[in-house]
Amino acid sequence: MRLRIQHETAYRYATPANRAIQILRLTPRGHQGQFVVNWRIDVDRDCRLQTTIDAFGNRVHSFTVDGRLEGLTIIAEGEVETQDMSGIVRDQVEIAPVGLFLRETPLTAPDEAIKAFADDVASEYGPNPLNLFHGLMLAIRERMRFDVRATDTGTSAAKAFAEGHGVCQDFAHVFIAAARHLGHPARYVGGYLFQPAIAQIQSQGDSSQAQIPAAAQDAGHAWAEAMVGGLGWVGFDPANGMSPTDAYVRVAIGLDYLGAAPVRGTRYGGGGEELSVRILVTETGRRR
Amino acid sequence: MPEAFDEMTLPDGSNRPGYAFLKRWIDNTSAESLAHRRLEAELLFRRIGITFAVYGQNEAEERIIPFDIIPRVMTRTEWERLSRGLEQRVRAINLFLADLYGSAEILRAGVVPEDLIYQNPNYRPEMVGLKLPHNVYVQIAGIDLVRTGEDDFYVLEDNARTPSGVSYMLENREVMMRMFPDLFAEHRIDPVETYPDELLATLISVAPTTHAEPTVALLTPGPFNSAYYEHSFLADKLGIELVEGRDLLVVDNIVVMRTTEGLKRVDVLYRRLDDEFLDPLTFRPDSILGVPGLMNAYQAGNITLANAVGTGVADDKAVYTYMPEIIRFYLGEEAILKNVPTWRCREKDACTYVLEHLEELVVKEVAGSGGYGMLIGPRSDRAAREEFAHRIKAHPENYIAQPTLALSTCPTFVEEGIAPRHVDLRPFVLTGADKIRIVPGGLTRVALKEGSLVVNSSQGGGTKDTWVLDA
Repeated sequence: MRLRIQHETAYRYATPANRAIQILRLTPRGHQGQFVVNWRIDVDRDCRLQTTIDAFGNRVHSFTVDGRLEGLTIIAEGEVETQDMSGIVRDQVEIAPVGLFLRETPLTAPDEAIKAFADDVASEYGPNPLNLFHGLMLAIRERMRFDVRATDTGTSAAKAFAEGHGVCQDFAHVFIAAARHLGHPARYVGGYLFQPAIAQIQSQGDSSQAQIPAAAQDAGHAWAEAMVGGLGWVGFDPANGMSPTDAYVRVAIGLDYLGAAPVRGTRYGGGGEELSVRILVTETGRRR
Repeated sequence: MPEAFDEMTLPDGSNRPGYAFLKRWIDNTSAESLAHRRLEAELLFRRIGITFAVYGQNEAEERIIPFDIIPRVMTRTEWERLSRGLEQRVRAINLFLADLYGSAEILRAGVVPEDLIYQNPNYRPEMVGLKLPHNVYVQIAGIDLVRTGEDDFYVLEDNARTPSGVSYMLENREVMMRMFPDLFAEHRIDPVETYPDELLATLISVAPTTHAEPTVALLTPGPFNSAYYEHSFLADKLGIELVEGRDLLVVDNIVVMRTTEGLKRVDVLYRRLDDEFLDPLTFRPDSILGVPGLMNAYQAGNITLANAVGTGVADDKAVYTYMPEIIRFYLGEEAILKNVPTWRCREKDACTYVLEHLEELVVKEVAGSGGYGMLIGPRSDRAAREEFAHRIKAHPENYIAQPTLALSTCPTFVEEGIAPRHVDLRPFVLTGADKIRIVPGGLTRVALKEGSLVVNSSQGGGTKDTWVLDA
């Protein structure tokens, strides 16, 4: 697929701020099945974008803006050519050692309930990791309900699991927590998902979003990757119960959401912050 | 438990080298006079204002750490050997960290288990591949030593993050010099007052190479931190700015501080703030103590942090147990300072042994510090041991155990008069681009309760001045 992505992050401040600093993980990198045709990041203020590669191989942009600030808009956009690799990630720049992805983080620490759940899944699906991860993915999807209002970006896997609902981020965290508990390296992936049928979900949103095009999403997508011997990293999307296809664009990885967050920033002064995120994923080419 | 080695008096009643004058002084000073001198010392401390907050108490009350006016003495020969051992150890720690965040040869070689490093929250992936100025990670190390015999020094733990206590070393000396000028006139006691100069020289030496006259500042978590006094004390002694996170800004990957004369670039940050809180955009997002963007400036090579980020992986109590191997691996030498033999509960056999011998062992939490989360077997009751057994079984990897060492004793002025009390020693090792600097001595901590082995100030420990002298 040839996917066109527009991702707008807009802050508005009721009381103007006087300074802001932002760290962005908004730039996909290429690997087998994902070719970045073009990509750019625009900020609606004069600033110098500094760019680096972080410990996980993500491309990171950072910038600071000074002066009276009533708002700040960041747009990431470009085109990515994708192929269905059944979730297998090859030729991706890997910097961090695989063993690192066994580490517990506050967002992915398994509690007793997740451990017991993971152990049950393991005894049901056996030792073959590919079977196990598929089983885990489906079991999470069966156990948890998708609910955009239930959680926020700071919700831990344990909390989301206990409450039985959350968004794709929470599903991914639970998957990661369970896989690591079972001794398998697992990691968080943030990216985009092309959803032709998203209009239905959007129409249930509140009316203030009426101007947003029908196909816009207000958050990116998230899933997990787990290490499978012989194959390498393989993606699993527990929120949709499938491995990533050519409808998926990988942008950033991390131990959890925090490490892969598209935007982390701070403002100085000001108040009454309003954040709106608009993501548009459309198909521009013909399916091959 | 074996008889403790006394640093002043040998079993036959004779004095150990360096202690003769001290014995004479003790013998010739009346109990009343000693009591009087002690009060005098306490007054001096109150006037100076050294206090510390005790964690784990409802009202973190501010207390003065009890100071003992009887100094601890070491001969220069003893010190020189210790000092060689300290230098060796800290050199190895720096090489270890550079390797862990570089090509990780030591893990490839299987000398240290990989999971111990990569699953340790103090191993910071953000540091991978970063080239630090002069490859120095731990500019300031505090190595905790204990002695059990004439030639037996053990390292109890390495402190490679933000070791504290050096202000006590300096204040203790100042108070002693004011109170006993004759003793200092009569004996050649090595100075420790040079520490602030040595520290500043060390910090300047590791500045990013781009800048000719580096600006150094000390970053503190603020007045609510238990070591705030030390932070302001050191900033003052070094003649550098004491800043909190909100005083610093990152502008296009350059760190600047707000001063009365406007913004000023900072090149070296002596930070006394833990990794977790340094930068809310990289680490804990809820940290209000840090500086947003600091890690980006650091990764861009525009500022030196002392100590570096991620050094905690080297002073972890589980990693500690591999120090002899680590020294051998990087330096091809045997460790001059011994490690306390340690059972790692992560290993099944060791864990079984520990659970069966809780009464004899000291059990420590791998991530704990300051004497918290620790069980001293011989001094514990059944309930405490049962609780620990439960905790060890639940998370064996979080615990290590060591034999209860008979820490050496030094004469100490206590309620009952002068009596031997157990001591340890924390020397401070400074690593710069040019050389390693160690002021002779360090902070001697003393367990004031009879028989107690816990010297931590939070647990009723006191301090002594430490004299290295010609004998």
